[in-house]
Amino acid sequence: MPKSPKQVLDRRNFLKGAAAGAAALAAVPATVAAQPELKRSVPPAMSPAAETEVPTGAEVLTADRTGSDYMVDVIKSLGFEYVCANPGSSFRGIHESIINYGGNKAPEFITCCHEESSIAMAHGYYKVEGKPLAVLAHGTVGVQHAAMAIYNAYCDRVPIYLILGNIIDETKRAPGVEWFHSVQDAAAMVRDFTKWDDLPISLEHFGESSVRAYKIAMTPPTLPVVIVADGELQENAISSDAKIRIPKLTNEMPPVGDSGSVNEAARLLVAAENPVIIADRTARTPAGLACLVDLAESLQCAVVDQAGRMNFPTRHPLNQSDRARNVISDADVILGLDVADLYGITHSYRDQIERTSKSGTKPTAKIITISSDDLFIKANYQDFQRYNEADIAMAADSQATLPSLTEAVRRLTTDDRKRAFQDRGVRLKASHQQALERSRDAAAFAWDASPISTARMCMELWGQIQDEDWSLVGATTFVNKWPQRLWNFDKHYQYIGGAGGYGIGYNAPAATGAALANRKHGRLTVNIQCDGDLMFAPGILWTAAHHKIPVLHVMHNNRAYHQEVMQVQIMADRHSRGISNCGTGTTITGPDISYAKLAESMGMYGEGPISDPNDLGPVLKRAIEVVKRGEPALVDVVTQPR
Amino acid sequence: MKRCMGFFLFIIAVMFSCPGARAQQSADAPPAGNAQNGKKLFNTVGCYECHGRQGQGAAQTGAVRIGPPLLSFDGFLGMVRKPLNNMPPYSAKAISDQDLADIYAYLKSIPMPSKGKDIPLLNK
Repeated sequence: MPKSPKQVLDRRNFLKGAAAGAAALAAVPATVAAQPELKRSVPPAMSPAAETEVPTGAEVLTADRTGSDYMVDVIKSLGFEYVCANPGSSFRGIHESIINYGGNKAPEFITCCHEESSIAMAHGYYKVEGKPLAVLAHGTVGVQHAAMAIYNAYCDRVPIYLILGNIIDETKRAPGVEWFHSVQDAAAMVRDFTKWDDLPISLEHFGESSVRAYKIAMTPPTLPVVIVADGELQENAISSDAKIRIPKLTNEMPPVGDSGSVNEAARLLVAAENPVIIADRTARTPAGLACLVDLAESLQCAVVDQAGRMNFPTRHPLNQSDRARNVISDADVILGLDVADLYGITHSYRDQIERTSKSGTKPTAKIITISSDDLFIKANYQDFQRYNEADIAMAADSQATLPSLTEAVRRLTTDDRKRAFQDRGVRLKASHQQALERSRDAAAFAWDASPISTARMCMELWGQIQDEDWSLVGATTFVNKWPQRLWNFDKHYQYIGGAGGYGIGYNAPAATGAALANRKHGRLTVNIQCDGDLMFAPGILWTAAHHKIPVLHVMHNNRAYHQEVMQVQIMADRHSRGISNCGTGTTITGPDISYAKLAESMGMYGEGPISDPNDLGPVLKRAIEVVKRGEPALVDVVTQPR
Repeated sequence: MKRCMGFFLFIIAVMFSCPGARAQQSADAPPAGNAQNGKKLFNTVGCYECHGRQGQGAAQTGAVRIGPPLLSFDGFLGMVRKPLNNMPPYSAKAISDQDLADIYAYLKSIPMPSKGKDIPLLNK
C-alpha cells in the first residue's frame, strides 16, 4: 500500500549517525537495548507546518544501511534464488533492500498477483529444485490470502519459507491502513499448519531465528515455517554498535530408522513370498528414486507408486502401480514409505448412506511403515488419515533409511531366496507388460471423440515431448493418471505430485514455480491444467509472461468442477430427485471461458479452444516451439470430464 | 468443494465381483430401446460425468467402461438400481426402466475401438 513520504517520516525514526559504515556485518556490536530510540521531531503529516516548515539540521532523513539490508544479507546466506511476493507496505523495507542493496539477484524478486500464487510457486519450485523459495507477504491480508496454499504445502510436506511484514509497536503505525495491516500474532492463523514460527524483536534475533527456521523447514518432515519481520526492525538504521552477524546454517541429518527395526524389516521382506513396496512422498531428491530402485531390484518385488513424488520409473518391470489392488491383496509383507494415506490404499471404501470400509489385505499380512510423519503431528487439521496398525513403524525419513534397509536385505538374502526373487521378478515383469497393454486398450476408447478424451490429450502431448528433456509438473489425478500409465518416466524431476491438501488453485502457480526451477536446467516444462484450478488466480499467467518462465499449460478444459458435479449427483441420487439440476453451481459454462484469449491478455502465447483431437498435435507442436524459445504458452483443449 | 475424491475408487473390481451382475451376463435380450434418446439422456442426465461421453470409463472416478456395455441389460439395470460399489443408486423415481433401456441401446451402439497396439501414438 503506497504511503506519502510524510507519513513515512511520521512513523520512522532514525538513530543519528547510524548510517555510517555498516558494510561489515560480522562484528558490529549491538543489543536489543541499543536499538534506535524514538524521536518525534517530525511534524505530523498533513499539518500546515509539515508542508511549509524548513527542516532542522539535526533531523536525519536518510540512512545508508537499515535493518532490512541485514535481513537481505541473512536471506542471501540461505541461498534463496527467488523471493515471490505481491508487494506490500509492511515489508517495503525488505522489498527495497532486495532490489537495490541486494541487486535483485539471489534472491530475485518475482512479482505475483496473489499470495496464494506466491506460496504455490514456492511449493512447485521446491519439488523440482529440492530447496525452498522465500515468500514475502503482509502479516494480515497477505497471509490470509496465502493460507490455503500454505495448508497444501503442509499436507504435502513441502518447506515454504514465509516472511511476514508487520508493525508491532502501535505507536509507530500510521493512522488507517497500517492498523488494519497490523496484528499481535501474525503467524497465529497458520500456526496449525506450519512447523515453526517466530517474531524476532532485534536484528540479532532475526538472524538467528531466520537460520533456525530454514534448518527446521528442511529437516524431514519438511514443512512450512514463518518469520515475522517487524516494520521498525526493517526500516530503522543499523546502530553503529549493533552486534549482528549471520549464524552458520547447520543442516540437520534426516532421521533414520534404528538398526534393530531396519534389520527386522529386512528379515520380513526377505522371507516374504509377495512383498510389496508402497511409495508416496518417498523420493525427496533424485537419490531417493535410485535408492528405491535399488531396494526393489534387490528383492525383485512389486512397487506401487502413489506418485506423491516421482519415486519409481513407470516402465520399470517391477512397477505394479496399475494393478495396486491385486498386488496389495496378495501381499504377505507391505512396506509403506512415507505414504500419506496407507489406510486408504490398503482398504476399500464405500460412500453410500452407511459409509463402510473393508480391509483389502490378507489378515496375516505384516505391515511395515517408515515415515517422518510420525515425528510431527498436530491435532486440529486432520491430514494424518486413519490410524495404521503397523507391525513395525519407524519414525524416520524413508529415503534416508533406504540404503541401510537395502544393505540389510542383501546381507540376509541366501542363494535360495535369490532364486525365488528372480522367479518373482519374471512374473512381475509379465504382469507389468499386461497392465501396460490393458491401459493402451483402455486409452483407445473414445480415442476420436469430441470433446477430446483425456487419454488422447495426454498421448498427443507425449507424442510431442517424448524426445525432449521434459518435466510434467501438473497433477495427473484428474486425467486418470494416463501419463503414469502410458508415458516413460525415469527421472526425478519428471513428476512432482499434487497439491497435498487438494486445495484447488494450486496447480497453475505450482507448475509455474516448478518451471522456474527447471528454467536454468533447460528442461521443457509441461503442465496439464484444469480449468477450475486456473480460475482461482489466473494472474499467474502474467507472472510467467513477465518473468519469462517457459512453461506449456495444456488446458484440461472440461468446463466444470466435475468432482463437485459428481458429489452433488451422489446426493441427488440418494434422495431420488434425479440429477438433471446438478450442473447448478458446479459448471463453468454460459459463457464458456476462452483460455487462449485469457493467456493472450496476460502477454502469453495462446491457442484454442481445440475440440477436434486430430487438430491437437500440430497445435501442441507450435506451442512447444514457443516454450523452447523461453516463453510460456497455453493450449486450450476442450475435454471429456475425466 | 475441495475434497479429495478417493470415494469412487475400486468400482471396477467391486462391480465385477457382483454375483448378480455375473449371473446376468447370459445372452438375455435387452428390451427395445431408442439409442438416439439414450444418447441424449446419457449426456444430459449426467451418466457421462463419471463414465465419459462415450462410456469409456475413468480410473479417477472409478467408473467402469460401459460403452459398449460388458453387462446384459438386467445386469446393467441391477448395477444402476442397487450398486454394490460407490456408484450412486438411481431409483425408478430418478430414472425409469425405459430411459435406462434407451441409454443401454445407445451404449450398445458404440462400436468397439481399435486395439491399443494398433494405434501408433499409444505405443510410443
